[in-house]
Amino acid sequence: MNYVNLVKIAKNALLRNKFRAFLTMLGIIIGVASVIAMLAIGQGSKKSIQDQMSSMGSNLVFIMPGSQQRGGVMMGNSSSQSLKLEDMEAIRQQCQNISAVSPEVRTSGQVVFGNENWPTSIYGANAEYLGIKKFAVESGRVFTEREITSLAKVCLVGQTIVEKIFPKGMDPIGQTIRFKNIPMKIIGVLSDKGENSFGQDQDDLMIAPYTTVQRRFLAIDYIQGIYASAASEEKTDAAIAELQQVMRKQHKIAKPEDDDFRVMSQSELVKTFTSISDILTTLLGAIAGISLLVGGIGIMNIMYVSVTERTREIGLRMSIGGKGRDILMQFLIESTLLSVVGGVIGILFGYLISAVVGSLMGWPVVIMTQSVVVSFFVCSAIGIFFGWYPAKKAAGLNPIDALRYE
Amino acid sequence: MKNTIIEVTNLKKDFQVGDMTVHALKGINLKIQQGEFVAIMGASGSGKSTMLNILGCLDKPSAGDYKLDGISVAELTRNELAELRNAKLGFVFQSYNLLSRTSALENVELPLFYNDKVKSKERRERAIAALESVGLADRMHHMPNQLSGGQQQRVAIARSLVNDPVVILADEATGNLDTRTSYEIMELFQRLNSDKGKTIVFVTHEADIARLTSRNIIFRDGWVIKEQMVAERLSAADQLKLLPVGDHEA
Ligand SMILES: Nc1ncnc2c1ncn2[C@@H]1O[C@H](COP(=O)(O)OP(=O)(O)OP(=O)(O)O)[C@@H](O)[C@H]1O
Ligand SMILES: [Mg+2]
Repeated sequence: MNYVNLVKIAKNALLRNKFRAFLTMLGIIIGVASVIAMLAIGQGSKKSIQDQMSSMGSNLVFIMPGSQQRGGVMMGNSSSQSLKLEDMEAIRQQCQNISAVSPEVRTSGQVVFGNENWPTSIYGANAEYLGIKKFAVESGRVFTEREITSLAKVCLVGQTIVEKIFPKGMDPIGQTIRFKNIPMKIIGVLSDKGENSFGQDQDDLMIAPYTTVQRRFLAIDYIQGIYASAASEEKTDAAIAELQQVMRKQHKIAKPEDDDFRVMSQSELVKTFTSISDILTTLLGAIAGISLLVGGIGIMNIMYVSVTERTREIGLRMSIGGKGRDILMQFLIESTLLSVVGGVIGILFGYLISAVVGSLMGWPVVIMTQSVVVSFFVCSAIGIFFGWYPAKKAAGLNPIDALRYE
Repeated sequence: MKNTIIEVTNLKKDFQVGDMTVHALKGINLKIQQGEFVAIMGASGSGKSTMLNILGCLDKPSAGDYKLDGISVAELTRNELAELRNAKLGFVFQSYNLLSRTSALENVELPLFYNDKVKSKERRERAIAALESVGLADRMHHMPNQLSGGQQQRVAIARSLVNDPVVILADEATGNLDTRTSYEIMELFQRLNSDKGKTIVFVTHEADIARLTSRNIIFRDGWVIKEQMVAERLSAADQLKLLPVGDHEA
């Protein structure tokens, strides 16, 4: 039997049953597309978290007030007043593995310029803070040591604030804005940083000397956090140990269980969030697996439901001279065509869905080659097997039994 | 003396149904010569279809010999049997067995797809010629569900002819058709027999139809109980003329 004829026979048989062909392909399309899209979304979220975290500085370490919690996520515990400026000074003097350190105090409120106003947050810090948190100054300057000691009413603003309250084209440097009714002079503008992985705008902030924020806005003498840079990424763990040691000495704490502070690192946070998104990916993967199964069962069903009709067709083909292997080849070509075409369409849909979901969620979607390959081959294998298996059974019958099959 | 096309010796066929063995054919001896038009008759369950299926190599006998055109069928493999069916046999079934949603022309072409020697152009030409010979040249592109029962049976006959077989086997080919259409189909068979010299084995219940053939073989309970030449063979064309005009139901 020549293959041109077989391909023609298979093609005609498919065209004869367009709807069945479509349904079979649908199973494959759904299976392949959902696996690809689900895993791409999961991987995308993981990657975006990792990217964002490292853009915040991979050697970042910070101290929050509150008790130590294993695997705990940074949560607001700012009501605690355990961190003092002296702690920071001690760190600066005693820690070998720390290259920069800054206090942090913060509050939120309305910023006003002319008729415009905008709700935002002000962060109080020292000049090293910008380097620690990977902020860059686009224009203007950072506040000086003098301005810190004098509680100067100066600040740096992020791009969002510039956009929201200043008329287009106006240079904000030298302008005075009001935050919580206190006039603040803008001495610098931060460069654009974009959103982080939680959709939080990292350009919507003001940075001022910590003394100013402490005294003029909050009227407190403690600090809400200490941010530091480890001397290098490799020294992060050593820096954490050192910080804990210094802090315990400062706070006269004997046992780690009694800690009234928490030391965390960016890389630790990355791990926490990565493990969360790993769970998400696993979950999505499970859903995708179920879709694959459902798609597969769909394929089997359609293939099996058509067995009666197809067995008679096989009987007829045998009665007019079709050999067992001609018939098997026909069915194999049919189901391979269906599976491959369906698989390719499924891959296209998978990419499409990933792209759409990615742009809706603002995530970069990461399409994994393995998911494309595995889903394609699993679906094709199911499709081909269940196309071939009934044919295999029917082709082994006596022609008359196949013809009379019901 | 013409060639013997079909020679069956002491042929038996048993079916196993659960614990029970049905002896459908109990020892058949038959000879059919080239150019004969044989009707196989007999009561329901007498083994006619079983016989025809074995003659058509669609089923295997339990015992006995069967020679088709000089070839001993029992020794052939499944593939050789398929080739034999393709080259030497044509089938016409009671229920037409056309592929649905497939045009008359493509249905007729089907056997030639399994014949490597026939190229696509020749395949089409032969299928058209076969459809013309059964008077359906104008229905070539119709689907089976757009054809009447008689027309579908003509398509099936065209399909059985297209490979130029030595024997055409028909199992109650007129069983689903009304009297007039049956005679029309029989007229076609008679022409194939007389003009093209096709050997035809035709299973039927109806004595009227059997009288249009050249020889009748009567089965009962798995035995051949009687063989007779048809004394006054009728012409289907003449019979058609005798039918009342209003008899042509849809
Ligand atoms: N596949 C089968 N399995 C079991 N028994 C069968 C099978 N085919 C036929 N038989 C039995 O063999 C006997 C002969 O059947 P066959 O179909 O040859 O009869 P028939 O003469 O063609 O009858 P009808 O005129 O009703 O078509 C019957 O008793 C039938 O029950
Ligand atoms: Mg019968």
